[in-house]
Amino acid sequence: MISAGIDCGAKSTKVIIMRDGKIIGKAEGLTGFNQNKAIVDVWDLALKHAKVSAGEVKQVYGTGSGKNVVKNALSQTRDLVNDIKAMAKGARFFFPNARTVADIGAEEGRAAKLDERGNAVDFAVNEKCAAGAGAFIEAMGRALETPLEQMGSLALQSDKEIPMNAQCAIFAESEVVGLIHAKARKQDISKAIHDAMASRIVSMLLRIGVNEDVVMLGGVSRNAGFVEAIKRQLGIPKLFVPEEPEFGMAVGAAVVAAEEES
Amino acid sequence: MVEERKSEFWRWTESNWVNPEIDWKEAKYITLGIDVGSVSTQAVVMADGQVFAYGNMRTGSDSPNSARNGLNFALETTDMPESRIDYCIGTGYGRVNVPMADRTLTEIACHARGANFIYGPQVRTVLDVGGQDIKVIQCDDKGKVTNFLMNDKCAAGTGRGMEVFADLLGIPINEVGERSYRVAQEPPAVSNTCVVYAKSEATGLLRKGWTTEEVLAAYCRAMAERIYSLVERLGVIPEFAITGGMAKNRGVIGRLMPMIGLEPAKTKWDTQIAGGVGAALFGYALCKRGKAGEKRARAV
Repeated sequence: MISAGIDCGAKSTKVIIMRDGKIIGKAEGLTGFNQNKAIVDVWDLALKHAKVSAGEVKQVYGTGSGKNVVKNALSQTRDLVNDIKAMAKGARFFFPNARTVADIGAEEGRAAKLDERGNAVDFAVNEKCAAGAGAFIEAMGRALETPLEQMGSLALQSDKEIPMNAQCAIFAESEVVGLIHAKARKQDISKAIHDAMASRIVSMLLRIGVNEDVVMLGGVSRNAGFVEAIKRQLGIPKLFVPEEPEFGMAVGAAVVAAEEES
Repeated sequence: MVEERKSEFWRWTESNWVNPEIDWKEAKYITLGIDVGSVSTQAVVMADGQVFAYGNMRTGSDSPNSARNGLNFALETTDMPESRIDYCIGTGYGRVNVPMADRTLTEIACHARGANFIYGPQVRTVLDVGGQDIKVIQCDDKGKVTNFLMNDKCAAGTGRGMEVFADLLGIPINEVGERSYRVAQEPPAVSNTCVVYAKSEATGLLRKGWTTEEVLAAYCRAMAERIYSLVERLGVIPEFAITGGMAKNRGVIGRLMPMIGLEPAKTKWDTQIAGGVGAALFGYALCKRGKAGEKRARAV
């Protein structure tokens, strides 16, 4: 049976196509201002990649902050799945022992505690503040004049602790400019940025309680500097991050779609 | 290195002033209050508890220089030597970096005391919207703080948030108030709280065909709502006075006051100097209790 999950995020839209519990196709594209078009385009790309036709896909589920648009954009969408469930299912697909999962996207962050069967028993969401989302590192990267992809590796080259006073991304930007003027090294500033961002997520995780294994999803989890900072602040030996963490929620939606069919 | 920004729409006018009716030579005590905020610095020189001179300028990237520059800016309007100052109190976010300060006080205490002076003793609630924080303060008829609430974690509703929008929309900060009312119909408020997200929302609105003024109006309304949520939490006892730079922004205050349902108190003074005035007044009170004498004795 072929199922699909569409995750329409604030910044990018992801589609996962699965056959009998295995990923056979995927695609990603910028959401932009026209969510409808983004969904249709990424959907077509994913079908092409999976080498299947739209008619062969029996179940399509949508999720993500733009999930309400998914049904309009793609009439064969059967239903929507909430972000927490999609995140939990996605984490369990990659790591069956996952008990805590955090998904950090461009503009939202969420975390959930799972029971032994993978059901979310408690969760926390931040969709209001850039301080706990990818937008934070992106804005700091602009201030530091460093491409986003290099921010994490830059942070890993530092072992210095520079505390950031500001929580708000707007204030933190001025603080970063202040650090540049004070001739702090780029590596050290980048580490300070990732530490500050990680402490937002860690405080969210501690609020719901942390059980191992801890899984990180979402595009920001590609950033090794960020993942390292989370691991250090949580004081745990290992964090589990799939190879392409940005597809976590789309995978979760596809898993739910397959379960509903059977 | 970060380049000098080309567009500087956030820039507001710096100013200094001297009171021609005061002869500093006849004053018993000259006290100085320096309020180093995150965005602006004010140095207020008072002669026996009356405003003699002040300077109001942008805070630079390091605080000791900001305090010094502010003081020089205030004194350049006068013929008084700096050595004449009996006592100096530093306040504000950068108060630990006021090298000439004899002591420091919190800006909460200074704003309440300053509002009592510039608006009068009938003020019971003070709203101070500064560059990086929002404070709501309740005080008694002496300007003594009885209760307060503060948000200093988030740029939403602060002067910095407004500057970011002025920059984004290319509207000089001084024109924000007037231009925000150049709309055929008042638009709904920008829905995102976070300034970073509100910026993306604004870009989206412009793409949808909103005019710059409409987006500005929507943001002024969002600022007013944000400030109101803090005011409402502490409660308002009249009279209600507003200090800080935002008091000059009609776009925000004009939308905030109907939510509160009151008229704000009026003043002839620059609302940004309230913290500095309060600090100088505390210094004056200390002088009257003999602190300036102790200071001179130490110096000898």
